[in-house]
Amino acid sequence: MTASAQPLSVIIATDCGSTTTKAILIEKLGNEYRQTYRGEAPTTVEAPFEDVTRGVLNSLAELEDLSGRKILDGERIITPNHAAQGEPKVGVDIYISTSSAGGGLQMMVAGAVQSMTGESAQRCALGAGAIVMDVLASNDGRLPHEKIERIRSLRPDMILLSGGTDGGTVTHVVEMAEYIAAAEPRPRLGMSYQLPLIYAGNKNARDRIKEILGEKTSLVITDNIRPVLERENLAPARTKIHDLFLEHVMAQAPGYKKLIEWTGAPIMPTPAAVGLIMETIAKREHLNLIGVDIGGATTDVFSVFGGVFNRTVSANLGLSYSVSNVLAEAGLANIMRWVPFTIEEQILRNRIKNKMIRPTTIPQTLDELQIEQAIAREALRLALIHHKSLATGLKGVQQERSISDIFEQRASGQTLIDMLKLDLIVGSGGILSHAPRRVQSMLMMVDAYEPLGFTQLSVDSIFMMPHLGVLSTVNEQAATDVFVRDCMIYLGTCVAPIGQGKDGERCTDYTISFGEGRSPESGTLTFGELRLFPLGRDERAQIELRPAKQVDLSEGKGRSVTRDVHGGEVGLLLDGRGRPLQLPAKPEARLAALTRWHRTVGLYPK
Amino acid sequence: MAHAYTPGLTVTEQTVIRKRRFLPIPGTVLAKTGDRVQAETVVARAELPGKVHVVNVANLLGIAPDEIRDYLVKKEGESLGRDEVFAENKPFIKWFKTEVRSPIQGKLESVSTITGQVLLREPPRLLERLAYVDGTVVDLHPGQGVTVETRCSMVQGIFGIGGETWGELVMAVDSPDKTLPAAQLLPTMKSKIVVSGAFLGIETMRRAREIGVAGLVVGGIHDKDLRELLGYDLGVAITGTEQVGFTLVITEGFGTIPMATKTFELLTKHVSQKASISGTTQIRAGVIRPEILIPWKSDQQSAGGTGPTAPAAERSGIRIGDHVRVIRDPLFGRIGQVAALPTDLRQIETESVVRVLEVKFADGTSAVIPRANVEIIEG
Repeated sequence: MTASAQPLSVIIATDCGSTTTKAILIEKLGNEYRQTYRGEAPTTVEAPFEDVTRGVLNSLAELEDLSGRKILDGERIITPNHAAQGEPKVGVDIYISTSSAGGGLQMMVAGAVQSMTGESAQRCALGAGAIVMDVLASNDGRLPHEKIERIRSLRPDMILLSGGTDGGTVTHVVEMAEYIAAAEPRPRLGMSYQLPLIYAGNKNARDRIKEILGEKTSLVITDNIRPVLERENLAPARTKIHDLFLEHVMAQAPGYKKLIEWTGAPIMPTPAAVGLIMETIAKREHLNLIGVDIGGATTDVFSVFGGVFNRTVSANLGLSYSVSNVLAEAGLANIMRWVPFTIEEQILRNRIKNKMIRPTTIPQTLDELQIEQAIAREALRLALIHHKSLATGLKGVQQERSISDIFEQRASGQTLIDMLKLDLIVGSGGILSHAPRRVQSMLMMVDAYEPLGFTQLSVDSIFMMPHLGVLSTVNEQAATDVFVRDCMIYLGTCVAPIGQGKDGERCTDYTISFGEGRSPESGTLTFGELRLFPLGRDERAQIELRPAKQVDLSEGKGRSVTRDVHGGEVGLLLDGRGRPLQLPAKPEARLAALTRWHRTVGLYPK
Repeated sequence: MAHAYTPGLTVTEQTVIRKRRFLPIPGTVLAKTGDRVQAETVVARAELPGKVHVVNVANLLGIAPDEIRDYLVKKEGESLGRDEVFAENKPFIKWFKTEVRSPIQGKLESVSTITGQVLLREPPRLLERLAYVDGTVVDLHPGQGVTVETRCSMVQGIFGIGGETWGELVMAVDSPDKTLPAAQLLPTMKSKIVVSGAFLGIETMRRAREIGVAGLVVGGIHDKDLRELLGYDLGVAITGTEQVGFTLVITEGFGTIPMATKTFELLTKHVSQKASISGTTQIRAGVIRPEILIPWKSDQQSAGGTGPTAPAAERSGIRIGDHVRVIRDPLFGRIGQVAALPTDLRQIETESVVRVLEVKFADGTSAVIPRANVEIIEG
């Protein structure tokens, strides 16, 4: 099946996740595209089925039941739709899919210098939707035999090897190639094919690389990802990763050959599709944004700042399979600081482990929900720290300095994530998309990310960003329509003054002017206080803030600011808890503060 | 979702299981189709390539990388002894001679004239794949391994650590709700699979290691004891390679939780029999749970008649009357029977709207529980 030239009016898209295959139906209603129905079924990559298409067919069968549209003829998807033949409820125009089943795309990357080509290779693989299992470099501190053992034991789906600028030294990259050859790496899936290896390093080393790796791997050579120190060129290598993902990795996974034949556009790795839709929206709206998808095993963070897209995967930060690792990495105290009651350490530890071994369970009591949302805050926080460390400018680049830089000498490779310039946070994943109250999603993200100044927040309603990402490659209008109307749920705007003060001290005075028919509200926001004003999804308000002398609202300390702010399902949140956010150190005071905040915003049932 | 339920853990008196005993790399298969094998029988063998050592000869001899071939006294592929000279310079004065000696016994693998490095490889290491269970070889996969079939009783645990082992089954307590104190572990339990009830603590684990117990099976343990046993906080449930001195299988979860009566009774029935256990757990897509397999002896097999020849097919869903285990607080660990399966969605205390079921417990009480929070006791 191929994408037809005729306009698309009925589209089905699936995302084959590691546990669930999610199908959505998109239909053109009048002049706009809308997501109309959704079905899901367990993914069937593993035994006893070992055929991904079974799960796809099951999810489509559920779509048929719900929508009344006949999509399947036996095990064949009916295309195109039969509207022209007088059967408007039969067939679809295109079927598209993303996949992260079977563990997604797992890669190992290698570069000459860790903080330079090593990081560029890592950014390249992450941007292509891969999980990076390890980054090898000449200077990574490991002895040669340790590197070789590591390569041998990892069994990635593919390797990306880079190193050196074009025309520069070949020694280091050849050395890395020698280690890879010595390890005789084998792919994760399938015994009978060679491991795909992409070489995207110094072009002068290509012949040597061919000699060393040509027979031991399925070698593909592409443009250098760092042709000169001052510039990254990630696109050609990313394209090769996608090609090899389809040709080698997916082709080895059970049932994918059939699935590839069914789809009207290349199957994309799920995170690559999510990244694509985020990048598209950020560019269209001229926004700086952070997107997060917090799952059971991993947390993906995407950002677009100044048009530069970055993605990271925190492989073991998640809320079911990896929940215990969040505890190990964040520490018990950091989790407990968000919990509005006390609990014995042993009980909490056992509960978290029980969630790890039975990951599909859901919180049944309020205290369990509060614990799970506390863990989510820490997973989100840690994943953003990880993201900031990788979403940086290029390291090792000589900077031109002017006279004005004399007093501020910044090293190269600073993070691109500037929370003050952040316009929008998009949350996704069960705990954010399906929180019983939307304000819970909003406060989890505000607590974890500590946005500064004015930041809009939203959630993905039913996790359809992967579908829309791949759809954007076929029909951008359809993807945008559905993204704006059905996918994004705007929660509102958070206003967070920067600065700290004692509880009860004046933080800022405010005046909020709403539209016609609603009286303005004014008052004083004190430190240690949260205030929430209802402001609907399509509503806007103007807020004037007159901060205390030590408080900054993006225009400098003590300077008044007036801004238009957007509403959402939660509204306008004034956060006077200070930035950086500091919770009271004493347990009783902390519990009292949490309880007060939760009541103010109506976080939980009474 | 049509089939939303948590598949349970299998506890069954009789099943036929097939174990694929494959090598991680191609090798030689030693068993033949139809062979009767014991757990300890070697069914396949392979040679793992030896470790690689890197020696930068160019640096050591102070020469350019592209010259190193002129200084080698051994060729690629040749064998080397430990401390044997494989490269040297040729100075006019003997006194200035530098020799490069091999740090290992093995062979000279490759030479790089770009980096000036020489790679030396240790001899291959023998890797043997054992049968793991007493049974019959039913399938042979040339170069890869065999499939061993066994008719057995089977208990799946929820979580374990440590790899495959086997030994005689011993009951250390007489009731599924009892805990196992360290003093109750006796030297006679060496190399055996010891079954406890609701709980055992770190002292008991230490004692098991001292005695040389092969495996421990228990309802629950505390996370803090696991941390102490491993020496680190386990972040992700992917286990099987730990070396703690024994294999541990927990059947219910973390905390003090009585072992399901059905499990305890099954294990009691097979006391003194040989059991194969594995703590390997992988809670990701393609779940692997720890297991206890008690192969039937040949006379039992003939008495067993023509049972199923493959694991029972996946069941289609949960039914009224099914035995279920509650797997989330506040009723974690309780076992009951499904009394009702309302089809409509219900709002629970958290305000989430979910599918629920009603469970009746042995004491006559009942509770409404989200379907995601129970698992069927299968078998």
